[in-house]
Amino acid sequence: MTGAVVPFVRIQAQDFDVAAEIARLTQGRADIGAVVTFSGLCRDEAGSLSALELEHYPGMAEAEIARIATEAIERWPLQGLTAIHRHGKIAPGENIVLVVAASAHRHAAFEAANFLMDYLKSRAPFWKKEHRIDGSEGGWVDANEADAKAAQRWKPLE
Amino acid sequence: MATRLIYFAWVRERIGTSEEDVELPDGIETVGDLLRWLKSRGEGYEQALQYPDVIRVAINQEHVDHGEKISGAREIALFPPMTGG
Repeated sequence: MTGAVVPFVRIQAQDFDVAAEIARLTQGRADIGAVVTFSGLCRDEAGSLSALELEHYPGMAEAEIARIATEAIERWPLQGLTAIHRHGKIAPGENIVLVVAASAHRHAAFEAANFLMDYLKSRAPFWKKEHRIDGSEGGWVDANEADAKAAQRWKPLE
Repeated sequence: MATRLIYFAWVRERIGTSEEDVELPDGIETVGDLLRWLKSRGEGYEQALQYPDVIRVAINQEHVDHGEKISGAREIALFPPMTGG
């Protein structure tokens, strides 16, 4: 088991570098056989959106993502796990969130990345507000029922 | 002892402030009691907490259910369902 793995969690306004984040997990070691990355980007919603504004709960956002990441590390044999979530105003095409999971074999890395994103969507304290191209406030994005259901497919740990 | 209440997203906008310190009256034991009491404090609160079932709550930065006891809470946050990721 890899009980000593500590997740790397950052909540930040600035963008992240996917290649640098992969290197952070893999550099100087030869026991990692699989790295899965997931990037979430801001869509323009058919040209109508000028930006998303992401509000978060400082302190709890880090703590909650760290709790979810720690559970992923308990569930799968991982050699590294990174989660970075941006806040503030984000333009279409820009990055919002990054998950990097590293393991000896691909299955654990795919599953852990998927699990982390499912839980992050329904439990990490972030809220998206839309800003429209025409200058109007588009309002707060509604929570997606499918996202809530997605998190329920993972069985609780015994 | 004052309890710090923190609001996010449309809960914050409707109540009209991002945080406040309140003295909880006697008899407010659970999160559900707190939501019912807050709702009676004015129009903004009424609007924000019109459908209390959808409001998510964290005590000391951890998610809790509406049945959770709030004694000893330093910080209670109220917010809509989360939409990050």
